[in-house]
Amino acid sequence: MNSLHYLYAAYIATWAIHGGYLVILVRKYSKIQREMKKLGK
Amino acid sequence: MKRGFTILAIVTGLLLSFALYEALIAAPTERTMGDVQRIFYYHVPSAWTAFLLFLINFVASVVYLIRRDSKSDIIALVSAEVGVVFCTVVLVTGPIWARPVWGIWWTWDLRLTLTLVLWLIYVSYLVLRRFSTSSQTAKLAAVLAVFGALDVPLVYFSIWFFRTQHPSPVIGNGGSLDPRMAQVLLINWAAFLCLAWLMSWTRFRLEVLKREVEEAQSLQSLLEPSR
Repeated sequence: MNSLHYLYAAYIATWAIHGGYLVILVRKYSKIQREMKKLGK
Repeated sequence: MKRGFTILAIVTGLLLSFALYEALIAAPTERTMGDVQRIFYYHVPSAWTAFLLFLINFVASVVYLIRRDSKSDIIALVSAEVGVVFCTVVLVTGPIWARPVWGIWWTWDLRLTLTLVLWLIYVSYLVLRRFSTSSQTAKLAAVLAVFGALDVPLVYFSIWFFRTQHPSPVIGNGGSLDPRMAQVLLINWAAFLCLAWLMSWTRFRLEVLKREVEEAQSLQSLLEPSR
């Protein structure tokens, strides 16, 4: 494997981890929103 | 508050884009490792950010053990969670960098092993917080965090006091980093700090909302039988 491939793999992995965490945060927020709506009824 | 968050999000986006350009294009190519050395601009700032977040977790845990206020407890939880995200980046980018340079993905070297132990301690902390139903969870987690934080200086100073496979410090006392590379490194650290701040802010707000919802739910369940 070319050394550039390792460089791209490391950068992509970093953004995949941060992106994955942001997705978890968005899902948590949607869940709380749903529960707040339920409480409001 | 909302305006401040939007400004921080914009600044973070711009800074991350600029830092990416600096790391991939503007920074000089290292003589022996070549382009793969550019992993350094993500690996090292992620480690520093994780250490800082674990330090915040330690301080917030000590404050919680003294004052028992929910704000310190939330700060401790949030800093541990975001710290684990950055520590995961360190543990993933490290082996990807090691493979072309050392010829191996992993070695049970002191620095690497202590970093893995650090990650496992804070993952345990998050598992405890997520699954324990005891009323003592916050207190137990704070005690675990205080002991867990002892590993942070061990990880940081392991390359100062022991001969390890991991490179010696390249910045600060005895460091030999090219000034332009040091500049790019600091730009990337600033960008990651902004990202960590943004993530922590979002997570903090979410935790406050979650606790308010849980409180309202328990109040509702108390009122239900009288309806």
